[in-house]
Amino acid sequence: MITLNINKKSYNVEVDPDTPLLWVLRDTLGLVGTKYGCGVAQCGACVVHLNGEAVRSCVTKVSWAAEQKVVTIEGLAEKHDHPLQKAWQEVDVPQCGYCQSGQIMSAAVLLRENKNPTDQDIDAAMSGNICRCGTYLRIRSAIKLAAEIQRKAI
Amino acid sequence: MNKNMQRYLLPGKTMAVLAILISVVGFMSFSFKNESAFSNAKHGAIKDSLESVRAFMDVYNVLMSPRCMNCHPSGDVPLQGDDSHQHTMLPRRGKDGKGIYAMKCSNCHQPTNLEGLNTPPGHPNWHLPPANMKMVFQGKTPAQLARQLVNPKTNGNKNLKQLIEHADDGLVKAGWDMGEGRTPPPMSHAEFKKAWVTWIEKGAYAPKGK
Repeated sequence: MITLNINKKSYNVEVDPDTPLLWVLRDTLGLVGTKYGCGVAQCGACVVHLNGEAVRSCVTKVSWAAEQKVVTIEGLAEKHDHPLQKAWQEVDVPQCGYCQSGQIMSAAVLLRENKNPTDQDIDAAMSGNICRCGTYLRIRSAIKLAAEIQRKAI
Repeated sequence: MNKNMQRYLLPGKTMAVLAILISVVGFMSFSFKNESAFSNAKHGAIKDSLESVRAFMDVYNVLMSPRCMNCHPSGDVPLQGDDSHQHTMLPRRGKDGKGIYAMKCSNCHQPTNLEGLNTPPGHPNWHLPPANMKMVFQGKTPAQLARQLVNPKTNGNKNLKQLIEHADDGLVKAGWDMGEGRTPPPMSHAEFKKAWVTWIEKGAYAPKGK
């Protein structure tokens, strides 16, 4: 039995300790906002926060997440109104949408650590998240807008 | 002073020229020799420049192998693979060597290796050298790397004892636990450690050349 703390809720799961966290989130707990892309930490579709860091859940064994603080896209903001989520809607970022939860979770770490990121900061922070639709320019715009929303809210 | 005595004394100008010549010749002979970083051999070992340099060349071959050099790049992006190409996704060194923002090393490099080809190798303390002391291996000649390794200002502030102990550092040893599909360094860790200790204890000489 492994105890997980996900989006401020506690779950007990009966899974092999080596199971990737991603499978537990999606298949065991039904939190399907986090996506499977490559399975080898190359694409960023599966990014969730583990103790505040943007880890790739496809290569994170569930045992490493036990008793730690996990946040998925479903729990990024209680009312789904995180500045990034607002900006994403405003800019209409997604095309197919598959990579977007990973993009937003990575961007959330950037905005936590850098309140006013430049294009260069954004590119450096987001270079591990691939978008096959090529929405990179809209992602960049949305991150800048989210930074603005975040600054105004403070 | 009589004239006879003056004949036996060299004029001031000649003395100065001779002094400069002697200094230059002395300096040149020093710079063409293997260069020792330590004035005294430690741990009771006797300094031996030939043995020290021979051991260092084994050390050099290991340090320049992808398993070591990939995390000691000349730029701020680590290298990857047996061909030491730039790491895909271009993760950056960051101030502490542990990456930046959503691109921190440990976001993908987990505490242990994962099964399967092309999965990120793991270690609990995965990182590059920090930005204020990059400890670059890539592109260094044997002489340059040897000098860099023995200088506390360029080796992570390590003294001789700490340098010897560094052979058993967890992240150094991770080079021999490289995960599936990666070529190991050219000798075992035990052989490397022997060469490392020999190099240092025999005087930590830098090979000849630039």
